[in-house]
Amino acid sequence: MSGVLVVMEQRGGVWNRMSWETLAAGQQLAGPTGLAASAAVVGQGIGTLAEELARKKLERVFAVEHPLLGAYTADGFTAALVQLLRKANPSIVLFPHTYQVRDFAPKLATRLQQVLISDAIGFHVESGAPVFVRQLFQGKLNADVKAAGAAPHFASIQAGAFRADQLEDGSAQIETFTPELSPETIRAKPQEPFRESARAVDLTAAELIVSVGRGIKEKENIPIVEELAKALGAELAASRPICDGGWMPMERQVGSSGQTVSPKMYMAVGISGAIQHLVGMKGAKTIVAINKDPNAPIFEVADYGIVGDLFEIVPALTEEVKKAKS
Amino acid sequence: MKIIVSIKQVPARDSQLRTDATGRWIQENDIGFEINEPDAYALEEALQLKEKHGGEVIALCAGPARASQTIREALAKGADRAIHIVEDNLALFGTLGVARLLAKAAQPEQADVILTGLQSDDLGYGQTGVVVAELLGLPSATIIMAVEKVDGGIRVKRELEDGWFQNVEMPLPAVLTIQSGSNKLRYATLMGIKKAKTKEVKRLTTAELGVVAAARASIERIYPPQRNKQTQMIEGTAKEAAAKLVEKLRFEARIL
Repeated sequence: MSGVLVVMEQRGGVWNRMSWETLAAGQQLAGPTGLAASAAVVGQGIGTLAEELARKKLERVFAVEHPLLGAYTADGFTAALVQLLRKANPSIVLFPHTYQVRDFAPKLATRLQQVLISDAIGFHVESGAPVFVRQLFQGKLNADVKAAGAAPHFASIQAGAFRADQLEDGSAQIETFTPELSPETIRAKPQEPFRESARAVDLTAAELIVSVGRGIKEKENIPIVEELAKALGAELAASRPICDGGWMPMERQVGSSGQTVSPKMYMAVGISGAIQHLVGMKGAKTIVAINKDPNAPIFEVADYGIVGDLFEIVPALTEEVKKAKS
Repeated sequence: MKIIVSIKQVPARDSQLRTDATGRWIQENDIGFEINEPDAYALEEALQLKEKHGGEVIALCAGPARASQTIREALAKGADRAIHIVEDNLALFGTLGVARLLAKAAQPEQADVILTGLQSDDLGYGQTGVVVAELLGLPSATIIMAVEKVDGGIRVKRELEDGWFQNVEMPLPAVLTIQSGSNKLRYATLMGIKKAKTKEVKRLTTAELGVVAAARASIERIYPPQRNKQTQMIEGTAKEAAAKLVEKLRFEARIL
């Protein structure tokens, strides 16, 4: 059998939602390449998850079960999937581009003398083979990337690149696969995941958000943006470098490592729009970007853009907002 | 603790990038280069580990001759010596080939830990560290916020998504990719810059390392991204642009 195999991600019986987007990508890749799509879920006690998967239009669902796969380890997942791939023999293997996938999928690909075409945002099919689209230089340029040599070829799919609501339903046969694993081959000893502190600020509920990035240059300048947020009645948020620097609390961070927001308006001030930030805010209804670099990737997702010096534009904007509201 | 930190030189962050004649890469002759920012954080973590536990920090870099500037800066910040794999056409090696070069150069050093940034700002594959670990048969962990020595190895704090973290213990030697931002980057001191000039930089060629160029994935072409959205660019002085934007937010987007 050869086909497209999508490796889904779950933790403690809960799906990572990016898995469904990747599954949609897998179904869409199957058609034009003339391959059948299948899916795999890895863990322990995953019967219910496999049944849910089996209601999608797939040829087969592999439930990869083993007591040593209950907690994620790179060694355990790599060993289990190498064995599954030998059995299932897919041409293309897709993963959601999650932090966990970044931890083990390159290892898996290397063990099979392959590379992972990571963080793809799309693909097109040329003479039966997929050409993946990736972002280079923090999103400033795109690249078409083609795998060379023998299958299987590996790719991971960026959050939000495909839509889970485009998944086709159907019915698939479930096959339980028990890999051979021994505890001494698993070198890492993972402990329980934890959260540092309860979140005091819930940005996901905010209707309007003004967010600040590196362009603000110094902590002392943040009140300029705070004034604007106050005038608009918006929550203040920030990109990762601002929170890392301790200029704003971590709980106000938007992006893959912070909160994912979809307000009525998101105004990005001095934020260039690295991929990790965009995945956290591109669902906003209206996006406004203010940045000095006309080529900043933030303008790719913006509805309204102003190129210029934020230290001139933001105070002017605060004045205009106050005028409009009075 | 003997630490290797793998660093890469990439185009400077604010460079105006243009496609070259092949259509497969950018024009490199008119832009500046600097250390890949995530690797600067890996270097910082390496220097802090040395300060805590003693030992040696070796900067490892694959790149053309111009990368020696980035290596020099790492030495000025406190790395003890460096290994430069000199190669003009790294793209021909692909991710796996470059990782093979790094692994081959690292192997004889028998380091306790190999650190690198979590991804590069140019290609952004985010996998070199993990691939190097697999080639050397070492355990690895990615997106690491903190490293602590414990009996029998290290305990690392991994960042997971959505504000979650996890502690993982593993034996040494190991390979770690370091999350950006968890430490404050140091500047090179005048003394450091002076000392760097006398520090050892071992130069190796790809032929000496016995790695043949054969990429398993190739860039067919590069191009500016297509806009998904029709972005309205608002022009004028700061005051004019502000007034126009407020007008649009009120009557077009109906937000105010």
